[in-house]
Amino acid sequence: MSEFQSHALMLAQQSKGLAWLNDAKQACANLWQAEKWPTRKTEAWRYTSLQSLESTLWSVPSEAQLDGLPDELMALDATRLVFVNGNFSSQFSSELPESLTLFSQASPAEQQAILTKFNQVAKVEKHLFSQLNTAALGEGVFLNLSANQRLEKPVYVVYIHTDTGASDYVGSRLLVSLETSAEAVVIEHFITLSDASPMFNAVTELDIGENAKLKHYRISMESEQSLHLGSVHAALHANSQLTGFTLATGSRLKRIDYHVRHVGSGADLDLQGIYLPKHNQRVDYHTNVEHCVPHCTTNEVFRGVISDTAKAVFNGRIHIHQDAQKTLAEMSNRNLLTSNRAEINTKPELEIYADDVKCAHGATISQLNDESLFYLVSRGISEAEARVMLSFGFVNELVENIAVEDIKVWLRPRMAKAFGQNDDVVRHLIHD
Amino acid sequence: MFVSDTMLKINDLCAKVEDKEILRQLNLEVKPGEIHAIMGPNGAGKSTLGNVLSGRPGYEATAGHIEFKGQNLLEMDPEIRAREGLFLAFQYPVEIPGVSNMELLKASVDARRAHAGLEEYSAIDFMKMAREACKAVNLDQSFLKRGVNEGFSGGEKKRNEIMQMMLLEPSLCILDETDSGLDIDALQVVANGVNAMRSADRSFIVVTHYQRLLDYIVPDYVHVLANGRIVKSGDKSLALELEAKGYSWLENEAV
Repeated sequence: MSEFQSHALMLAQQSKGLAWLNDAKQACANLWQAEKWPTRKTEAWRYTSLQSLESTLWSVPSEAQLDGLPDELMALDATRLVFVNGNFSSQFSSELPESLTLFSQASPAEQQAILTKFNQVAKVEKHLFSQLNTAALGEGVFLNLSANQRLEKPVYVVYIHTDTGASDYVGSRLLVSLETSAEAVVIEHFITLSDASPMFNAVTELDIGENAKLKHYRISMESEQSLHLGSVHAALHANSQLTGFTLATGSRLKRIDYHVRHVGSGADLDLQGIYLPKHNQRVDYHTNVEHCVPHCTTNEVFRGVISDTAKAVFNGRIHIHQDAQKTLAEMSNRNLLTSNRAEINTKPELEIYADDVKCAHGATISQLNDESLFYLVSRGISEAEARVMLSFGFVNELVENIAVEDIKVWLRPRMAKAFGQNDDVVRHLIHD
Repeated sequence: MFVSDTMLKINDLCAKVEDKEILRQLNLEVKPGEIHAIMGPNGAGKSTLGNVLSGRPGYEATAGHIEFKGQNLLEMDPEIRAREGLFLAFQYPVEIPGVSNMELLKASVDARRAHAGLEEYSAIDFMKMAREACKAVNLDQSFLKRGVNEGFSGGEKKRNEIMQMMLLEPSLCILDETDSGLDIDALQVVANGVNAMRSADRSFIVVTHYQRLLDYIVPDYVHVLANGRIVKSGDKSLALELEAKGYSWLENEAV
């Protein structure tokens, strides 16, 4: 066990616990303890150093209050759940419908329901930081829709960090269970209110029942100094549909994993991702899609714009099991490097053991296109603005696909500003 | 207000592209209000001329002088040339997915007006103007919201160029083979757009292979460009003569 592992374990023991989850927590603590700590020689961590994580003494954050709801929140007609430094804030949250339960407020029956689902979709033995997340778990959200239930409003979960002066470990947990033909829209949004350097460890489990439909958005635009280790684990049952969207700006260390398993025939995954690291930031997306059964489809598109001396990693794997005949799977990863010191390590992988499938994957790395740049400049647009427009356009195509209009409207100007703080170069991209 | 009696004056222009000399001591003078057609065989340097004028990277003027509205054009960056009123309608307009036509138009027109010390149009006023321009070139208004040239047909791209030209209100419009790949209907739309913009203080250089376009946009002068220089100039009847006789009889004169 490395020094960091044992320190993290102490931290896990300090976090306020829910007695009924003790077995699960202990099991994960044991896994964590036994885990061989990854190095740069470990394939999954080859391009991302954990040094900034290891070199900090993390602590469980003290209770913090907000003066008001931060401006950074999306203007959404939604059921909102606000967490501040890992703790639920009833003051800023909506009244929760029956389908939403906080782990800390779960009735014995709900506890039982949670326990039957918890860490079932997430394969914790295969995911290091989900082990720590579970071991240190203090609070969580359970969204449970029964058969045919459709939520009228999206569920908007906001994880806010506000500075406490310490190096805060902020854990979060979202468990979504949709039974047959249920439908929901869920948005997870990570926000930091200062330049402090918290570490988010955020685990999401999505269990999507037969014929159920989930739209899941995960927006991670925290401060440059923050760390983020996150994972989304999903199981897709027969004829279900998951539409996933994820966007991350860079930070000192940001690593987000998607693990999706097609476990029922006819399931459909559409996963789109955008990463925008700049300065000296890092973003690392690892995705793994398992086609275990026949007749499922996957469409995965990730695009990144990497600037300055930033580094990004995209490692996308689609694994077609022997039984998964008639699979249709496509994965595309396109990268735009806007500086000659920017770096991308991309590795799209298809592993196919079935013989009757249609699969494609591809990755591109490019610079801004001179022809496009000249076209804009020849219309009188400054080169600086033209560069921002082209970078923005490169990823905006994916934003245009977002089905929830309010998210699109909120995201657009913020994404534009990720390419240029100066109003002159972004203002034509920011409009209603 | 622009007072010079010359829009564009090119003296002994030499230009190269990737170390290959394309223009060889080309001379041309365009006065305000005039339409000049430039014709000539493939590889004569017709497109190079438009590219040098607009300042496309890679097109280097190695000798000579270009005066645009009394200023030294070659000293200006391409975006300044555009803001000063030079417009190149591209032979192959570029697709820019993710950036809408409207965003490009507003950014261009804002830049041009700011350069001239004029106030920006409000978003609402500009939207109205853009819709009018769409109508004038027979493009559906939905094209304003679409990505720049994204998935447009060849004809739609060319009409989109003309729409940009209308909104930018340039002093000097260079049409680089805008007629290539157009059917008769689209050709008429393009020509009507150009004709509607004709005015005493605006000039056009129309680069084309075919006489056909000049039935609709009637030029004041026709020049034949061969081997990097203008080898013959005349009025619109020259275009008809070229249509009948081809270029070879002139190419021999150029050497």
